[in-house]
Amino acid sequence: MTAPIVSVDELRIRFPTQDRRETVKAVDGVSFDVMPGETFGIIGESGSGKSTLGRAVVCLLKPTEGQVRLGGIDPYSLPSAELRRRRRAFQIIFQDPNAALNPRMSVIDSIREPLDIIGEGSRDSRTRIAREMLERVGLRPEFGQRYPHELSGGQKQRINIARVLTVRPSVIVCDEVVAALDVSIRADILNLFAELQREFGLTYLFITHDLGVVSHVSSRIAVMYLGKFMEMGPADEIAERPLHPYTQALLSAEPIPLPSSMRATRRIILQGEIPSPTNPPSGCRFRTRCPHAQAVCASEMPAWREAAPGRFVACHFAGEATGHPIDPTTTQEATA
Amino acid sequence: MSDAPLLDVRGLGISFLIGGGSVHATQDVSFAVQPGERVGIVGESGCGKTITGLSLLGLLPAATTRVVGQAMFEGENLVGLPLSRMRHVRGRKISMIFQEPMSALDPVFTIGQQIGETIRTHFKVDKKQARERAIEALASVGIPSPARVHDSYPHQLSGGMRQRAMIAIALVCEPRLLIADEPTTALDVTIQAQIIDLLLDLSARQGTALLFITHDLGVIAETCTRMITMYAGQVVEDAPVDSALVRPRHPYTSGLLRSLPRLSARGAMLPSIAGRVPTLRDMPTGCRFAERCAHRQEACAAPQAIEQEGAHQVRCWRQGELVLPGALTDREAAA
Ligand SMILES: Nc1ncnc2c1ncn2[C@@H]1O[C@H](COP(=O)(O)OP(=O)(O)OP(=O)(O)O)[C@@H](O)[C@H]1O
Ligand SMILES: Nc1ncnc2c1ncn2[C@@H]1O[C@H](COP(=O)(O)OP(=O)(O)OP(=O)(O)O)[C@@H](O)[C@H]1O
Ligand code: SF4
Ligand code: SF4
Ligand SMILES: [Mg+2]
Ligand SMILES: [Mg+2]
Repeated sequence: MTAPIVSVDELRIRFPTQDRRETVKAVDGVSFDVMPGETFGIIGESGSGKSTLGRAVVCLLKPTEGQVRLGGIDPYSLPSAELRRRRRAFQIIFQDPNAALNPRMSVIDSIREPLDIIGEGSRDSRTRIAREMLERVGLRPEFGQRYPHELSGGQKQRINIARVLTVRPSVIVCDEVVAALDVSIRADILNLFAELQREFGLTYLFITHDLGVVSHVSSRIAVMYLGKFMEMGPADEIAERPLHPYTQALLSAEPIPLPSSMRATRRIILQGEIPSPTNPPSGCRFRTRCPHAQAVCASEMPAWREAAPGRFVACHFAGEATGHPIDPTTTQEATA
Repeated sequence: MSDAPLLDVRGLGISFLIGGGSVHATQDVSFAVQPGERVGIVGESGCGKTITGLSLLGLLPAATTRVVGQAMFEGENLVGLPLSRMRHVRGRKISMIFQEPMSALDPVFTIGQQIGETIRTHFKVDKKQARERAIEALASVGIPSPARVHDSYPHQLSGGMRQRAMIAIALVCEPRLLIADEPTTALDVTIQAQIIDLLLDLSARQGTALLFITHDLGVIAETCTRMITMYAGQVVEDAPVDSALVRPRHPYTSGLLRSLPRLSARGAMLPSIAGRVPTLRDMPTGCRFAERCAHRQEACAAPQAIEQEGAHQVRCWRQGELVLPGALTDREAAA
């Protein structure tokens, strides 16, 4: 049995609001393990804490409570020089393609920058690696001389991807990295990610709103809502037999590129106010928008439990509400 | 008069000065948008969708950009429109939701200050009314605790919330045309569905026309009636959405649709269009897609004009002759 490369334990991250009178519970008690070489998908509500979670995994945010262990070690227990050295193996590609690009740096310098900081090899060899990476993300060499403001959204995003790939990390948090790309280039980038995974055993945490993409690339998926996981399990099972009503609503809302006559109108429209992360609802935090909510949902917080082997869920009526009753025998067959 | 387009773009071309030379980023872009019509623009990353939108509002850097052609909007040519006139158009008659909300929002002002500014530029309201209207606008795009968000700075919001704040700013003056550049990619699908409903409702109620730039073909299918496909700075196809999805007429449109993950098995290699787009400096004079096209013939090396074929307009030598697959699986196509 291999040990997890990322291990998140009861993680909580809070931010003060602008007037400092309240706190935003951005991540509010999340636990999961990611195995080396795995692609772990995270989907969920806008503002549910996915990017915050991703930043905590690569030590850009310190946990308010709980722990993130990387390769079995709590990074904050390490001396700072050692922490910096290890962090290299854990990289994030940001949702906002401008976040990591210096507007005054040419593209090739930007891609080489992380290697320059590490200071490995000669400048020429680092430039060569940067050029190769530019090529692999599908940009012609002439782009090396451009500046960020001369690039389209998708071109910038590919520069960010190239930047991170040059340092050969072992874990990459991909925060909405393919959304800005057209479907053909997206396919190329996803194929490149898969190729590097096969080649170097890379591990990915894949945050995205694109259900088609996440279920294509991930082995397991977690569904997040208001700072907590609602459901976690193998990608195919979550996509085909969701146990949590929120997962089901997400799946039903996915827009399908088919002509109107061929689209089934089975969308579940969520009613009700989206609650605020400063003050999540009592009991189940999805209850204000859940079409299946009962009295017990307001009074008792549903436990995070393993409903079937490998399938975790937090709902009093897991499976029942979504029309996929939990039958441990069939689930086991499906996983085997 | 009644069927005069709201926006009529003819022969729009954009070039940039870079590295001592000039490159043509787009060329001969023509399309029209009727009042209340919902038109989607798709295309390869870097093909010129965003700059086309920006050029309509005079938002490209003047010193390094040259725009030719015309874009008629309510009797005025937006290309070369003096700034004093453009101010009345921007935000009031045409608004744009930008692809990168973080760069479009000003980091030193709160969201509320930024919406308030737009409201007070175009309407006579006092501070208090502006605040109320701003909070209302934030609530209408599904932002929880809109008052908190009103008083927050952009960096304190999640990506999706910034995006919704941008949408609120764009809609607050109820424009005639909304150019939405990837407006929902940062949003989860339930919020996305809500925003799409909001846009559809706005378009039905106020006759707001939509120009929807996105890579999400599902969103185009559900929101738009027409789909324009761009490649390497040109429009290569312009067709009714349903027809373009089922039977695209241009090989690039077809290649794009065939790359969708829904057409391949989980975890399998995804098909994509082999090769890369030519550089702006070395654009072939003939078909710009030729280098990557499986249907190329000798005649494709000649310049290709966009021509009508049924309900489609296509820029391809072999239009009318090729039968190309779309976004349907084999099973769906057979049914
Ligand atoms: N200010 C500029 N100077 C020079 N070139 C530019 C400038 N702005 C954009 N470009 C180039 O013009 C082309 C079109 O850019 P645009 O941003 O319109 O692409 P896009 O179709 O929106 O792509 P994406 O889907 O990636 O957002 C790109 O090749 C880009 O590199
Ligand atoms: N620096 C900060 N200060 C205050 N609040 C913050 C900060 N960063 C994030 N938040 C809040 O934390 C919550 C979670 O934000 P996060 O960016 O992690 O969401 P997300 O799931 O990535 O959303 P999206 O899909 O929209 O990107 C949001 O309510 C956000 O407003
Ligand atoms: S616990 Fe209740 S409110 Fe929560 S998801 Fe389940 S049924 Fe809905
Ligand atoms: S003109 Fe020729 S090369 Fe170009 S898309 Fe048509 S068939 Fe292909
Ligand atoms: Mg995020
Ligand atoms: Mg763009």
